[in-house]
Amino acid sequence: MIAFVLVRLFRAVVTVLAVMTFAFVVLRMSGDPAQVLMGPDVPQNVVDAFRAEWGLDAPLWQQYISYFREILSGDFGLSMRDRSPAIELVLERVPATLQLTIPALLLKLCIGIPAGIYAALHRDSAIDRGVIFLAILGFTIPSFVMGLVLVLIFAVTLHALPSGGIGTWQHALLPAITMSIGGIGILARFSRSAMIEVMGQPYIRTASAKGVRWHDVVRGHALPNAAVPIVTIVGFMVGSVISGAVVVETIFSWPGIGRLLIVSVANRDLAVVQCILLLIAAVMVVSNLVVDLLYGWLDPRLRAQPAH
Amino acid sequence: MTAVLDARDLVRIYESRQGLLARPVPIRAVDGVSLKVHPGETLGIVGESGSGKSTLGRMLLGVDPAQGGEVRLAGTPMPPRGTADWRALRARIQMVYQDPLSALDRRLPISVQIREPLDIHAIGTPASRAARVEELMQAVGLRPDQAGRYPHELSGGQRQRVVIARALATGPDLLVCDEPVSALDVSIQAQVVNLLRDLQQGGQLSMVFISHDLKVVRNLCDRVAVMYLGRIVEEGPAEELFAHPRHPYTQALVSSVPEPGRALDSRVILQGEPPNPGKRPSGCAFHPRCAFATGICRAELPQLQTVAPRQTAACHHVTGAPASRAA
Amino acid sequence: MTLAPASPTGAPRRTLLRRMTGVPGAVAFSLGWLALMLLCAIFADWIRPYDVTQMDLMARLSPPGTPGHWLGTDELGRDVLSRLIQSIRVSLIIAFGATLLSAVFGTSLGFLAAQFRGVVEHFVVMLADFQAALPFLIMSLAVLAFFGSSMWLLVVLMGFYGWERYARIARGLAISAGAQGYAEAVVQLGATPRRVYLHHILPNVASTLIVSMTLTFPEIILMESGLSFLGLGVQPPESSLGNMVGFGREYLTTAPWIMLAPAMVIMLTTLSISLAGDWLRDKLDPTIR
Repeated sequence: MIAFVLVRLFRAVVTVLAVMTFAFVVLRMSGDPAQVLMGPDVPQNVVDAFRAEWGLDAPLWQQYISYFREILSGDFGLSMRDRSPAIELVLERVPATLQLTIPALLLKLCIGIPAGIYAALHRDSAIDRGVIFLAILGFTIPSFVMGLVLVLIFAVTLHALPSGGIGTWQHALLPAITMSIGGIGILARFSRSAMIEVMGQPYIRTASAKGVRWHDVVRGHALPNAAVPIVTIVGFMVGSVISGAVVVETIFSWPGIGRLLIVSVANRDLAVVQCILLLIAAVMVVSNLVVDLLYGWLDPRLRAQPAH
Repeated sequence: MTAVLDARDLVRIYESRQGLLARPVPIRAVDGVSLKVHPGETLGIVGESGSGKSTLGRMLLGVDPAQGGEVRLAGTPMPPRGTADWRALRARIQMVYQDPLSALDRRLPISVQIREPLDIHAIGTPASRAARVEELMQAVGLRPDQAGRYPHELSGGQRQRVVIARALATGPDLLVCDEPVSALDVSIQAQVVNLLRDLQQGGQLSMVFISHDLKVVRNLCDRVAVMYLGRIVEEGPAEELFAHPRHPYTQALVSSVPEPGRALDSRVILQGEPPNPGKRPSGCAFHPRCAFATGICRAELPQLQTVAPRQTAACHHVTGAPASRAA
Repeated sequence: MTLAPASPTGAPRRTLLRRMTGVPGAVAFSLGWLALMLLCAIFADWIRPYDVTQMDLMARLSPPGTPGHWLGTDELGRDVLSRLIQSIRVSLIIAFGATLLSAVFGTSLGFLAAQFRGVVEHFVVMLADFQAALPFLIMSLAVLAFFGSSMWLLVVLMGFYGWERYARIARGLAISAGAQGYAEAVVQLGATPRRVYLHHILPNVASTLIVSMTLTFPEIILMESGLSFLGLGVQPPESSLGNMVGFGREYLTTAPWIMLAPAMVIMLTTLSISLAGDWLRDKLDPTIR
């Protein structure tokens, strides 16, 4: 078990390092931030001074090393736009993003999993087919289409909900639904197939044959075993929550991390983009790690097995 | 007369891990084996599963690299695996596998597969290759109309004929057959054995025939080597060895073959655990199962020594004198 | 297919179409739609009623159904149908190119890992883990924003999407092919690794790889349209389904058809590939997933 955790931890660290390197390489190699920020009309000596001030005149490898050193000491740099610490800019957007992602996650879990399990237990019924169809629809409709269609219906036509911005709970409703639809579809389909597979296992048939009540078979035997694959996919969803937020926050002008990322990318604000990439990688890595540890708890067999 | 194949002190060690952090356990699959095959001769290698005979077969072909010792083919050392020399050498040494279905590509018709060695080694023109395929198919007893068939459309015996035809395509000097009949139905085994026997009649082809089936080995081989846990424990001309087995293990093996007219209770029954290559006993590896084992067997590894003309055995209790069963 | 006996699973009602073709109705519709899309993409230049950039300032924001502009026009009076057809072509080309690239790249890496094992294999597996662990949209966003967008960069970038799946599949299948013996047997015949992989292993694993291409393809369409929607993918004057939706968004209240037409096409196309892919999967390879 200790070896298992150590291997996972090591991988997590490597992933974060790789993301940091990726961010550095892409952001520093792709163009001169000084030129972009200052524009073409600014005199050369001002541009040079700007470069010197931000350390952009040093060789790339030196920038790379100082970049790591700064991050390890908790210094994520200053936004080149307004000179406030990048980390603060990012962190002040976190609550807004959480206001969307947490309800969306709850919607995914509370609708997707029960729908999938219900469909699996009533296999080939009309409801099952309906769930499959809606699930496929759910994840083949891109979120930007879904968001705009919802705006068209509820904001433009019915005038029932605001079409964008932040404020009341009504503002959060459409973005949260938009964000959750794809996930609901994926979870429903995944839970269904996981459950169907488990229900086909000999131990379930044995339990039913022994006369254990159907209800108890499902609750005591099937659900815990179907949980492992479902947890995997939920973990992946939690990890990729910010990438979902990028599109949705753009549609609904929601001042969260996703919007900040788009704006900072457009402005080539290195420090802020790096900060967001790191945050995303950290969320991703932590959720993967939690999932791996949950495995051990959910499935005792995995504890003994060597990590692969 | 140079030996077609001359292997000296071959060693092959596998590392086996029991767990992620467990120390790897070295397994000496082949442990100091030397043997020779002369032109036109068929050498049998017999032993139980786990004796290392299949690994030895792969080492003789250079498929598994030797970690110690060397293999010489007609006097030249085996080039390292994967080199152009190694690949070119494949035209002269070939292999017949235990399971013909898995040794064939299920997506290609058999004529293409029989032709493949000719394509690989660029032998002949396209027309002459087609003629050669026809000739080979006929030689192994496949009908011309079966040329377009796929492996799964053939019977086990026919598939093995395909594998043999493919192995013979380049006219090799040496054929290593690894349990070529043990995956086949008993009724079909005889056909394949007869085919191999016909090939021997040609006189030029040398063969290494690996099997646990003593009857087949006795039927086909000129000389036999008996393996136990990675070492040869006895070697000699087939007739001699089967008539007068010297090593207690060979005696047990030979007597385990039922023979009409011999009482069952005269058989030497092997006792104890079957050999586990991971836990090799000290001294003579056979001692825990040997009825004659004494102190020296536990302490000291016996070396092969001549026990009769052209016959060698590795046992502390076997000397030049005929086997002392009463020891 | 005449008078087949009642199937043992006993599907109660079968549509006429299904009875005639042996293909479920939804799949038949999907295949039909995909064929239509393919024709649009191939013959875009001929079937397009107007030029993509041709403006008709007299007929700005005409609603669908207007004679001459059956799907309406946009804010500059450009014909939505013509732009849609061109967008289908662009989006499909990107998705095709990227899917192929990803399949070739992933499969090659998978084969390399299987051939050399050891360090190479560890490296490939690590890369695959890394790729799978990162939000692809964010990464491509960063790359596109900082390198600027072009058709080529877009295809290459999208070509990195999903390669790790092919690599895993190819590596697994190649290793098992070696273990099964036929690959090993060909090696023993003296074949070069190139011959072993191209003539023997690739044909044997092709069906599985094709099936996983049907999984990647719709995802790449979604990814490209998402990026284009955000303004980072295909750049004007070229248009793709995603950037049509993105530009149409501004006229959501006054001219929703500009955005709805490409949105419907995206939906139907990804849906069709998913349905047809599922069906193909059952037909070709029951072992995957």
